[in-house]
Amino acid sequence: MKRTLIILLAVSLVIAGFVSWFASPHPDGLERVAEDLNFIDRAEDPPIEVMPDYTVPGVRGFLSNGLSGVIGVLAVFGLVMLAGIIMNRKKRRGDSHAPSSH
Amino acid sequence: MHIPSGFLEPQVWIPMTGVSAAGVGYALKKSGDFVDERKTPVMGVMAAFIFAAQMVNFPVFSGTSGHLMGAALATAILGMWPAMVVMTSVVLVQALLFQDGGLDTLGANTFNMCILGCMVSGAIIGIGTKFGKRAFYPSVALASWLSVVGASAACALQLWLSGTSPIQVVLPAMVIVHAIIGAFEAFITIVSIKFIVSVNPKIIQIFSENTEISEREINSIELKKPGDVT
Repeated sequence: MKRTLIILLAVSLVIAGFVSWFASPHPDGLERVAEDLNFIDRAEDPPIEVMPDYTVPGVRGFLSNGLSGVIGVLAVFGLVMLAGIIMNRKKRRGDSHAPSSH
Repeated sequence: MHIPSGFLEPQVWIPMTGVSAAGVGYALKKSGDFVDERKTPVMGVMAAFIFAAQMVNFPVFSGTSGHLMGAALATAILGMWPAMVVMTSVVLVQALLFQDGGLDTLGANTFNMCILGCMVSGAIIGIGTKFGKRAFYPSVALASWLSVVGASAACALQLWLSGTSPIQVVLPAMVIVHAIIGAFEAFITIVSIKFIVSVNPKIIQIFSENTEISEREINSIELKKPGDVT
């Protein structure tokens, strides 16, 4: 299973880091509808921009997009692992009531 | 389908935030019942994979693109509750780090793509697989399509309630575009599952088999509970 996870994580990094460069730049379904129905202007600038539009500030072009993708993949993976710790901690606390434990 | 900041009015996004917070909390609790240290990395790589795939917008028709949502993919591999946790992690990172989807609209986006998307997928795949293994891929395809169309319809309702457009205009507009994007969703989801299964066929069983085992475990844990003092 370890090998599987490493392969899938590597594939994710390649997709986010390289394949994403070839993504269509056109607006997505919702943005297109918002343009057609004239409410796209309601969109507000976010209060803080970290990596807007999947670019790393200060890095240009291909590298910026790829790097943001790699950071995103690792951040998402990390967040789920963190959620896992929270989920498992609850359970371990439940297990500690079992008679077998000290 | 990430709703940007400003599209929704407070009377829409505040309740949606509440509903999503409750839903994700419940999904965390339900997942925690059978997710262990061995399974969390599988959820982690699924989240990573879906995040990566979402970055690759494909052209749909003139001047419009779409990208994978991933709710059906996550649900097919992990089951509904862990899939919700995974999808929420993706949407949360997209909003916080990439400003893809607003912070005020985070609850609505979570509801549409994560909670509703995974519930629709879970229901359809659950019913489909009752007809045997051969129904797995067709039900996944239907789940993919309907999860995207359903999320777009929910999004249209939220936009209408926020006064952006009349319902008879925004609902068909959203549903028609996403009916096409949904077909791509089905294709990418099937290809992704086939690829993941080709890497390791056990990956699906890990979650489906252990759900049953864990239910027995949960029952035994719950039997002990009356003695617990917390």
